[in-house]
Amino acid sequence: MSVRLKVQSPGLFTTLQDGGRFGYEHLGVPPSGPMDSIAHRIANLLVGNPANAAALEMTALGGSFAVVGGPCAICVTGRVELLVDSPGEAQRELETWRTHRLTAGSVLSIGYLERGMRAYLAVSGSFVVPQVLGSASTLTRAQLGGIEGRQLVAGDELPVGATTAAVGCRTFPRELIDTLYGTGAIGVLLGPQDDYFSAGQIAAFLCAGFKVSAQSDRMGYRLQGPAIAHRDGADIVSDAIVAGSIQIPGSGQPIIALQDRQTTGGYAKIATVIAADLPRLGQYQPGQIVRFAALSIDDAVERWSALEAQLADFALQFGVSDTFS
Amino acid sequence: MSLPPTLAMPRFFLAGDRALTVEFGQTIDAPTNRRVQQLAARLNAQRGDAIVGVVPTYRSLTVNYEPLRISLDTLRAQIVAYLADEHVDTAPARRWLVPVCYGGEFGEDLQTFAATHDMTPGEVIALHSAPVYRVYMVGFLPGFAYLGDLDSRLHTPRRAVPRPLTPAGSINVGGQQTAIASVAGPSGWYLLGRTPWRSFDPQREDPFLFAAGDEVVFTPIGDEDYAQRVAAIERGEYLPQPLSSVLEDER
Repeated sequence: MSVRLKVQSPGLFTTLQDGGRFGYEHLGVPPSGPMDSIAHRIANLLVGNPANAAALEMTALGGSFAVVGGPCAICVTGRVELLVDSPGEAQRELETWRTHRLTAGSVLSIGYLERGMRAYLAVSGSFVVPQVLGSASTLTRAQLGGIEGRQLVAGDELPVGATTAAVGCRTFPRELIDTLYGTGAIGVLLGPQDDYFSAGQIAAFLCAGFKVSAQSDRMGYRLQGPAIAHRDGADIVSDAIVAGSIQIPGSGQPIIALQDRQTTGGYAKIATVIAADLPRLGQYQPGQIVRFAALSIDDAVERWSALEAQLADFALQFGVSDTFS
Repeated sequence: MSLPPTLAMPRFFLAGDRALTVEFGQTIDAPTNRRVQQLAARLNAQRGDAIVGVVPTYRSLTVNYEPLRISLDTLRAQIVAYLADEHVDTAPARRWLVPVCYGGEFGEDLQTFAATHDMTPGEVIALHSAPVYRVYMVGFLPGFAYLGDLDSRLHTPRRAVPRPLTPAGSINVGGQQTAIASVAGPSGWYLLGRTPWRSFDPQREDPFLFAAGDEVVFTPIGDEDYAQRVAAIERGEYLPQPLSSVLEDER
């Protein structure tokens, strides 16, 4: 019998996500994929998978997973407590951002996130599920991908793929984590519809702190803060929404579009979050305050280039081919 | 470069550091939308590691690109070169005759909708099923088709309170638009009827029925016909098909 991970408790909202479902946005299908692509990629690299392989994304609370049918190598990234019960052994704590070999019968327990909102569980050989439109990523809103297009439930069994090479024990250097994510205000480029707002309102948007509301999910974050006023109304002729688009609806309260976003929208977009800061944004919790800082396109691409170079270096160290996300 | 006199150079906007929006105008009209579709087709043919995706909408399109594979300047220059070679589009369009069961349980707003316009439900159905609609864009949800050219007598502000869940296949009217809903989802639009077709079905060989640029005509059907078609689709005996291509000249 092949190796499987059996879900004993699924956490609050756990879905399967690979690098994303690209090439269908013109048909209304968003890419999905991980909210924090850094943690997702590193978890995969540490178990010898391609960086964009399917892994579990857990939200706020991890869950518990039993290893059935044979041993496997796993890695969990994110700020969580990770415990394992293996047959004939006392329960022990495992390091995150590190590869571990688990024997059949082991049960992995992942707690509440101590910081951030999302943790990732990758397994060597990845999970074998049918690809839908070229991807294993789950889009629950359209019941697409993953396990029957839904979040995991207790009793689900996730088949683990065969591994060709033995996976060594690898650790991601902890001191590099903060460097990868960056700190401070979330970088944005103004536009594409910043001309719908006065200079004063743009300044107010960049000065204010906005609270991430409880109505925030993989589709997007609804923010609460000072209302940002339009010059003459919020409505545009609907156009494309990208990851990080910051729409200002009539209420003046910003909405940031994320991985499971609608592909088009009819509210003016004051700014767009830069690519390099999306993984950090994906870790914001409801109640946390987000602030924005405007950058130039050159600075934004420079930050993205630096992040990709660091991740590519890391992939190279382990002889794993990384891919652009 | 030389554009035909009627074809103005579009405006470029950054949509973040990995997307470029090309805006052809501010209005919803077929000539503008055809320019969008033409550029989208050319960029889509180049899709890969550099040009990751193209999202054409009513009057603009957004190119998602990887800035480490293609620079913004190169991408913009390439688009400008395409536009130099722009022509008035005469590509044939697919035309779909979409069966719709209006009113009753499938179109629960039809009565109210007709009353607000001082019409009978029959008059609303006649006006709604008369035009050849253009699919201006597919967006919001997988396979959701936005149709333009709704008769102005049917223009209606959206409902004050959106419904949290409306069925797949709903034929909706909101503002100046009508749409074919692909999957169940929230909607603030009026529900006039429902089609037995599934415009998005991931199990089907081609999961998407409608593409931007297609033409749609609604054909009213009765309850029994609706039920028979649903059953036939479920048995796999009935696959929705477009009419053979209709040439631009005949539109």
